[in-house]
Amino acid sequence: MSKYFGDIFGGFYSLMVGLGITIKAFFQPVVTLQYPHESLKMTPRYRGHIELVPDPETGEALCIVCGMCQKNCPTGCITVAGAKPEGSKKKVLTKYRLNFTTCSLCGICVESCKPNAINFSKDYNLAGPRKEAFIFDLLKRLKEKNG
Amino acid sequence: MDLLSSEIVRVLAFLVGVIAFAALNAAYLVWLERKEAAHMQLRIGPKEVGPFGLLQPIVDGIKLMTKQLFIPKGCDPILFMIAPLMIMVPAIMSFVTIPFSETLVARNINIGLLMIFAFASINVLGLLLGGWGSANKYAIIAAARSVSQNVAYEIPMLITVIAVVMITGTLNLNEIVIQQGGMFWNWNIFNVFASPLMPVMFVIFFICSLAETNRAPFDMAEAESELIAGIYTEYPGMGFGVFFMGEYANILIGCALTVILFLGGWQCPFGVAPGVWWFLLKLYILVFTVIWIRWTYPRTTFYGLLNLSWKILIPISLINLILTAGMLKVF
Repeated sequence: MSKYFGDIFGGFYSLMVGLGITIKAFFQPVVTLQYPHESLKMTPRYRGHIELVPDPETGEALCIVCGMCQKNCPTGCITVAGAKPEGSKKKVLTKYRLNFTTCSLCGICVESCKPNAINFSKDYNLAGPRKEAFIFDLLKRLKEKNG
Repeated sequence: MDLLSSEIVRVLAFLVGVIAFAALNAAYLVWLERKEAAHMQLRIGPKEVGPFGLLQPIVDGIKLMTKQLFIPKGCDPILFMIAPLMIMVPAIMSFVTIPFSETLVARNINIGLLMIFAFASINVLGLLLGGWGSANKYAIIAAARSVSQNVAYEIPMLITVIAVVMITGTLNLNEIVIQQGGMFWNWNIFNVFASPLMPVMFVIFFICSLAETNRAPFDMAEAESELIAGIYTEYPGMGFGVFFMGEYANILIGCALTVILFLGGWQCPFGVAPGVWWFLLKLYILVFTVIWIRWTYPRTTFYGLLNLSWKILIPISLINLILTAGMLKVF
């Protein structure tokens, strides 16, 4: 008999606890993000594809065209080319091509870069109709960024 | 003026009013259900169509109405088409006797309570015919389940109602409400001098009305994780839509009855300005609770459902019936 009533009261109490949990959730703020209209800021350690770091003064690429990233890349997805303009001592970057279809985001290029001229971008919503859309011209991107 | 006050105009006005109330509520309770479910799961719910998604039920209705009314091969076309109406019509008929306020009642019948329970039992027949008529194994399993469920839960519900009727001494819903006038301790739920188990009776009646309307956690008729959609499996477009509206209209009837029998109907808890607003406030608080319960508990097993009725609800309501009779005789 005591088990019968114990079951009823225990069951009723646990049902009330359940109702309490849902009503608390009801008054909590929603966590849904209306994705196309709003999006989260990516965390600073997010590793997107690489991009060139501009010189804070001139806005040109910091890259010295040493070619370390190209040499170290395990999948060979980076192609760098540079040229020495007349009367200049330093090489200037003329081409920085990233084939993102084979990049594994290992980050060896960023680690090996002495002047810290490349870093990870925060781009995460990448989509394209063709494979060629993922062969990035990073120099062009930098120029577009500078306006 | 003679024409306006005539009986026919009155009947027509209430007919249109009752159907509009039932249909509007059925549409917007779906919206409320989706919103409430969403917020309990920390989501937003419908928001794109209209402000706060308020036009969503209308858009859903248009979508259902433009669908083809497809009758599957091998099913009984007459039963198949009648079944949704047998859910919807009794629900709308029951609104006739519901007193929204002292004067706002379509027909103040002396046996209003009896009439509502008579119509509520047609509901089960609708579910059974719908399941049988669709000639689908899931639908038939669901129909068999919902019939035994409704039979099991009608007993404690009616025993509870008998206890209430013994206290009030009338089957007229408006008079039951009038007797609960004044402050809130005059309501039947707090009427512990008539029977100390009255709050328990309220809980039993509420549980039974959940089970009678096939609401979660007793939604055996539409056990979507086990039986696809139960008896609604084969229904296309508005056939399903009418079933759905009937379900919400039945929830409204169940909650309205609970309010009238236990929570003082259109009476104010503090005795000021009784009227239709208090009735609607109590009604929607109960409807909110029904939806709240649905989005809290998982579905019970079928055995658990029948055990709850036969082992707990029926004995307790019988004890209360005897107790009430004794208390009425002694005091």
